[in-house]
Parts: sequence; structure tokens; C-alpha cells
Amino acid sequence: MSVEKAIRIQLNGESREFNVTAGESLLALLRRSGLTGTKRGCEDGACGSCTVIMDGAAVNACITFAFQAHEREVWTIESIGEYDDPSPLQKAMVEEAGVQCGFCIPGIVMSVKALLDEIPNPTHEQILENLDGNYCRCTGYEKIEDALHRTIAETSGEEPQWTR
Amino acid sequence: MDKVKEFKVVNKSVDKIDSMQLALGKPSFVADLVPEDALIIKMLGSPHSHARITSIDTSAAEAMPGVHCVLCHENSPRHLHLTAGQGYPEPSPYDTAVFDYKVRHVGDRVAAVAAETAEIAEAALEKIEVEYEVLEPVLSIEEALRDGSPVIHDEPDVSHPLPVPFQPEKNIVSEVGMKEGDLDHEMETADYTFDHFYETPYAQHVPIETHVSFAYLDAADRVVIVTSTQVPFHCRRIVAQALGMDVKKFRVIKPRIGGGFGSKQEMLLEDVCALMALRTRRCCFWQLTREENFRYGRTRHPINFRLRTAMTAEGVLTGIGMEAVCNTGAYGGHGLPVVGCCGSKVLPLYRWKHIDFDAKVVYTNLPVGGAYRGFGATQAYFALESQLDEMGHAIGMDPVEMRLKNHIQEGEGSPVFAALGEGKAGVEMTIGSCGLSECIKLGAEEIGWGRRTLPEEKTGRYRRGLGLATLMQGSSIPEIDMGAASIKMNEDGSFNLLFGATDLGTGADTVLAQIAAEELGTTVDMMLVYACDTDLTPFDVGAYASSTTYLSGEAVRKAAAKVKAQILGVAAEMMNKPIDELTVRDANVVAADGSEVTFSAVAVYSLYERNQFQIMDVASHITHKSPPPFSAHYVDVVVDTFTGKVKVEKYVAAIDCGTAINPKLAEGQTEGAVMNGVSYAICEEYLFDSKGRMTNANMQDYHIHSLRDKPKIKTILVPSYEDTGPFGAKSVSEISINGAAPAIGNAIFNATGARLRRFPFTPERVWRAIREQSTVPSPSPEAVLSI
Repeated sequence: MSVEKAIRIQLNGESREFNVTAGESLLALLRRSGLTGTKRGCEDGACGSCTVIMDGAAVNACITFAFQAHEREVWTIESIGEYDDPSPLQKAMVEEAGVQCGFCIPGIVMSVKALLDEIPNPTHEQILENLDGNYCRCTGYEKIEDALHRTIAETSGEEPQWTR
Repeated sequence: MDKVKEFKVVNKSVDKIDSMQLALGKPSFVADLVPEDALIIKMLGSPHSHARITSIDTSAAEAMPGVHCVLCHENSPRHLHLTAGQGYPEPSPYDTAVFDYKVRHVGDRVAAVAAETAEIAEAALEKIEVEYEVLEPVLSIEEALRDGSPVIHDEPDVSHPLPVPFQPEKNIVSEVGMKEGDLDHEMETADYTFDHFYETPYAQHVPIETHVSFAYLDAADRVVIVTSTQVPFHCRRIVAQALGMDVKKFRVIKPRIGGGFGSKQEMLLEDVCALMALRTRRCCFWQLTREENFRYGRTRHPINFRLRTAMTAEGVLTGIGMEAVCNTGAYGGHGLPVVGCCGSKVLPLYRWKHIDFDAKVVYTNLPVGGAYRGFGATQAYFALESQLDEMGHAIGMDPVEMRLKNHIQEGEGSPVFAALGEGKAGVEMTIGSCGLSECIKLGAEEIGWGRRTLPEEKTGRYRRGLGLATLMQGSSIPEIDMGAASIKMNEDGSFNLLFGATDLGTGADTVLAQIAAEELGTTVDMMLVYACDTDLTPFDVGAYASSTTYLSGEAVRKAAAKVKAQILGVAAEMMNKPIDELTVRDANVVAADGSEVTFSAVAVYSLYERNQFQIMDVASHITHKSPPPFSAHYVDVVVDTFTGKVKVEKYVAAIDCGTAINPKLAEGQTEGAVMNGVSYAICEEYLFDSKGRMTNANMQDYHIHSLRDKPKIKTILVPSYEDTGPFGAKSVSEISINGAAPAIGNAIFNATGARLRRFPFTPERVWRAIREQSTVPSPSPEAVLSI
């Protein structure tokens, strides 16, 4: 067996310790720790379904080594919303029918959160840049854009810089 | 239009019932539900396209600590079966073993290991010693059909469950065809005739969730398989067949599916998971890597067409001859049904008097074709709608007018419907609802068809083109498919709605709940949907052939009607009124005099008070028609004539799906299919080396379209009312993947005058076509340097 090493992650607001091997991805660590909302799609950094927020930036957990999260702050989908208190984007995704199979949605929610935390009312180009790495094969992205537009209007309190 | 009715729950965009669960990231998918101590399965895939395994030594792998089981052809049961999930007996050959002594494509199963960790399983695979006798591979349709070509399925036990022309010694999986009128004569005498070849590429569904399953033995020693499948009941039957065991030994459970699009209409992992569980008595989990999903998962069948057509000088379509040769890859899969749909879902769209349809399915040593949204119609519409565009152009007729003049109408039939079924004759049908003319007109308006100019009128580097394709599909496989549902009432007036139909992300669970709620006079939040579990839910063939809303939906409606009758019966007793004076409204039973009892009171009475019984019923449904949805797709593209890059700027899909049970979900089905179609038309293609090995088996090199690639998509739902469907509904899910390739190809022609008869429309392919075919000037060296 490979050598294990202890790391500490500020995970969803709690300080957690894990033993990880050198080659273990952050995705594998999260999923074996019961945080299965972060999805495994390609393990190649292409599809974005494993997106989490690490120190404020959206990253693909599949191509991030677990040890890279040592002493850093990681937020996963489990920290965003609950049935009785969904995030504005989650609520909009449901009401605008942005969720079909739903496999990509946690990754999209995390990517968008990283963007809107930094830029509350982004340009369309900034949105494209942000979501270019999040594939959805079901929706054709139309209803996801609807949900995004509505969320930006609600959370920024401004008219979005792009039209639907 | 006058048949469109007012509904309370149906035709309303209620929220998809599982969408909050999914948006919150709750454990919902197979890989989220695996027990922590499950063994991990990894597969050794073939490095060769075609080879015989002369020896295999698994002893070193078996001896490794942490390895619990190694399977290969030497220690697994051999009962040849079909992995494609279809009605039984299937229209496809039994040509697959759990593990075989021969491998037939790169990535084919050689052996599998179950071990404590993925790391150990992967290390064990490297310890398996395999010697191969490498055979000459068959890597194209032409090679497959050449005299003396290597025989891919030379195993003596290969067979076919139906009497179709199965000729494995010639690499022919099947043939199907029909004739009507006298096409040869028409081709000699018609005012205008056309004769061209078209090719469609290998492509894949690429669901974001790869194939994934686990299996374990329950306390009663039965095998429970939890799997991402579109066909739970077929899966149960096929696993039993493949392992030579009884159906009763297996229970198949489908949780949420992370996208399917047809790929999961297949028993691909479940037999190995079950066998590993039986051998190890441990839970065994297998998920394909993305690379394996490309190599070992299923694909869209590449099909080569020769299309001959005839018309009058006035643009009346008179004759069509479609020859289709379908490459099914290494196993027969869905080959025959797919190529049959090239005819049955495509030829009836126009009123041809003379029809020749001649189709063949061949084996090659390439990846295996499967069911993929559109299912043969996608490939054939590329040929037909491209050629139709060319025909209109030849006589100066607008493509819109051409289609309005020739498309099938309500009350009309087609000889194709009766001629082409699945491995047998089809079912005669007349069209009961058709909103295609309206789709064509509304779509033309939305895209701004009036501004369309001819290719020769355009100038400059960037040239804009508009293109059109019209489409039909079907709704279920008539007199073959069956769906069933059960409904049980609870004391708060809620209902457990159980069915075998399989929501693969489409929203089927929601749509079926709406149908039940409409019939019962209640709301969707009172429907507790559970699907699918082969131990608990009634049978359904599964999610394919655009059947769930139309077929399973009617089973649900019938079950709801039966439960409603029981509710009225109990209420009549409670209210002491004749049953025919009672109706349901807003979760109450209401009498003619205005008095009422709540559903909850009815349920409590029936469960606890008097003459107690469970208000519950089950209903099944088969269809005698496959009413087509219709659609008109318009695209607006800009072609960079210097580079050949095609940008799709706007896409309009006007669709008649009967009553849209849930309009937003129907739009979502349309937009998703459109986007998948655009991606397929523009960039998706398997690339192979000279030995048949896919060279772009990852999501970086096999690009699927992202938000950045998306055109502006406008969906227009054009209502019609299909009398045979639940509340007037027809299907919606598949049809809209068929339009992009021909519509974009037609728009490229309209922009540049270059006709592409093969896609994807990559910059290189488009650039070459422009240089070879059109009068668009080559850019000057200065212009190129300035790019």
C-alpha cells in the first residue's frame, strides 16, 4: 500500500483531518468521506461535474490532489442550501427547469457561486468563461441560462448586463 | 387547435419533482449509494481489434493480497446473449458471452478483477498474462462485405432469436427492406432525379455519468443489482440469461440516472457485477472510466446511404430509393431496429408514390453501436433533408414551399408504417394529429426566413446562410412495447405511484405524476413516485423509442381512472349518494348538490372505518399506433470562408408533440436534443488509427459543446391533440436531435454553395468543400496572414 499522510482541510467550514495517499485526488477523498454531491464525470478536468471551491476559486476536484487542499478552505455542494433554504441559484434552477438528469448541476452551482462571490453582476463573456468547463448534456444550457439570469438579478439587485 | 383542452395539472410547467434533490447534491446516483466496503471491479480491455485469446493466466493476479475474484472466459458461464435491451424475443443476434475466447474490438472484455481497492484491482490487471493470436481486423463497411473478409462471429453457438436473414459468415447481422410502386421506372421517366451518397460518423451519447453498477447478495441470498439503466426489466432478464440463472434470483433497482440518451438501454456491466457478487459474497462496484466509456460503451451507428429521389417539374416528390448500410461494430446490438428506423421514421414524412428501401447491418471490428436518441432517423434525415434542399434548389423552389407542398397530413397513411417493424412487419397507421405546416410557418417567421438570399448573391469572407430541415419520429413501438403502473391511496389523500418506466433525467417521473394527478383530480405534490425496482414496480419495457409519455403515460392514466372509480365507490357509500352523481375536484369527491368529502376522509374510511380495503389498482397499456411528433428546424449560421469555421448563431425548433404535458420540460427536451445535435453536426466524431483504435477517447479530444458553443435556441411548442395519447400527448424526447446536421448542412450550402454529404462540419471539411465546389474566392496571402 502507498504511504499515507495526514492533512488538514477547512472543509465546509469545519476543520477536518484526513489520511491521504500521494496520488489520491481531492474528488476521491471527498466522495469516500461521504460528500457524494461532488460528481465524478471524466477525471480529466474536462467536464466540471466535480467543481468545488478552494480558497475562493472554482477548481476541478478530479485533477486536484487531496494533499493540495492541505491547510486550505474547501467548500462543496453540501454547504450550499438545504430543502428549507436552497440558494437562489438552486431555487431558480428548479423553477426554471434547469435540472434534467442533474448530474452536472452541483458543479455548475459551485462554478457560478465562485463567480458571483467575486463579480455579483458579470458580463456574458465572464459567464461563458466561468462555465466553459461545465458540460451539461441534457438541457442545451437554455434553462440553465434562464436560471442564471434570474439569480443574478435577484442576488445583485441590479439588471444583469446581458439579456435573455 | 380546436381540440386543445383545458387542464388543471397537465399542460402546466410544474417543477420537476426530483430537481431540488439533485440541485442540492443529495445522494441520488448509483455511485453515491455504494456501501463503503464494496469491492472495486476493474476490467482488462482488449488492446487488439480482432484476436483470439490463445492463453490466459490469472494466477498471479489472483494471488495478490486484496484481490477477491478474477473472471475471464475460462471461469465464467457461456450463454450467448444480446446486451441491447429490447422486447423479447429480440430482433438482434445472441452474439455476446460474459467473457469470450475472442476479442472483437479495442476495449472488448478480456478479464475483470474485484479487489479491495481500485489501486489493487488495477495492479492485478497488469499481472494477468494474455497471449493473443492477432487476426486481420475488419475496419470498414466495405471490408466487412468483401468476399473472403475475416469472419468476426465465427463462434459455433452464435444464433438469432428471430427468423431474420442473419448471416454471420458474411459479417451480415441482418437485412430489411420494402418496395412500393415502381421506383426504377420513375427514376427513368421523372422530370428531375437525384442520386447521391451520404455518410454519418461514429459518435457517442457522452452522458456525464459513465456506466455504473453495483451488486450484492441480500439476506435471502438473492442478487440485488443497483444500476444506471434505462431498461431495468430487460436488464434483469438479460443478466439471468447471460448467467444461466432464473429471473427470480435477481432484483434490479434504478436510482437517478446521470444521463442516458440511449446508451443505457444496454446490459453492459450488470452481469459481471452480479457474477462477482455471487463468487465473492461481497458487494461489487464497477464504474467505467471516461476512456472505457468511449471504447467499451455504445455509440451511434455510422450509416452509409445512397439516396435516389425523383420529382416533377412542379416540385411534387414522387419517388425515393434509400439504400442504407449500417455499421454495428463488433456486436449486433440495436443494428436492425436502428436501420429499420432509417425507413420507418423517415420515409413517411413525404407522400412518395414509389419507394425502394433496402438496408443492411454489418459487423466490423470497431466500437459497438447502440441505441442513441433519434435511433437511425438521425442518420437518415441527414441524407433525406440534405437532398431535399438540393432538389428545391434545382428548380428554384423555396425549401419552405417544397416541404409544405409534400409533407404528410392528418388522415393520411403511408405504406411504410405497415411494412417496417422491428424484426417483423410494422403496424398500419393513419396520422391522427399533425401540426407540421404550422411548425414550418412559425419557424420561418422566427428565424426571419424572408431575408434569405441565394448563395451566389453573397460576398465577403463571412457568409451567412439559413437552413431548414423538417422531421418526424414516433411514439412507442406499436404492439410490441408494454408499460404498466400501480397506484395506492394513503390516509392523507396522497398516492404511491409506482411504474416500471425509467426517468433518465427527462422528467418522466414528473410527467407521469401530472397525468395521474390530472385524472385523479389532485395535485402533483400528492403523488409519491417510485420507479424503478423490479421487485416492487410493475413491468415496463423502459425508456426508449420515445415511449414513456405516450405509452407508460396512458398506463398511468388508466390506473388512475381505476383508482378514481374506487374512490367514488367509497364516497358513494360514505355520502349515501349514487356514484354517477359524484365527481372528483381538487382532492375532494363532489356531489351534484355541492356536498363533498375529502380524499383524505375517503382514504381513512376505506382503511379504518367500514368495509375496509386498500384503494389501489394497476393498469397496463400497449399501443396500436406510433403517432409521430413533427418538427421544423431552422438555423442561421455564419461560415468563415477563409478557415471553414461554422458558427451556428440561432436555432429555431418548432415542434408538435401533441399536448405538452409539462411545457417547460418539453422545451428542455427539445433544447437538449437540439444542442446535442448541433454538437454532433459541428465537431463530434470518433477518430481511429490504422488498427481500429480510437485516438480521441477522452473529453478533451472528443469535444462536446459547452455553454460557449451554444447558439440562441428558440423552441416553439405547436399544440395538436393526439386522441390516442394521454390527454392528447405524443412524444418529444428524440425528434429534435435529428435536425441539426441537415439544417446546418443546408445553411452551409446557402452560405457558400458547397454541399457537404458527410459531417461533422469541421473547419477542414468545410474549407475543402468550399475550395472544391464553390466559386467563393480563396483568400489572398495577405488576408490569411492578417487572421
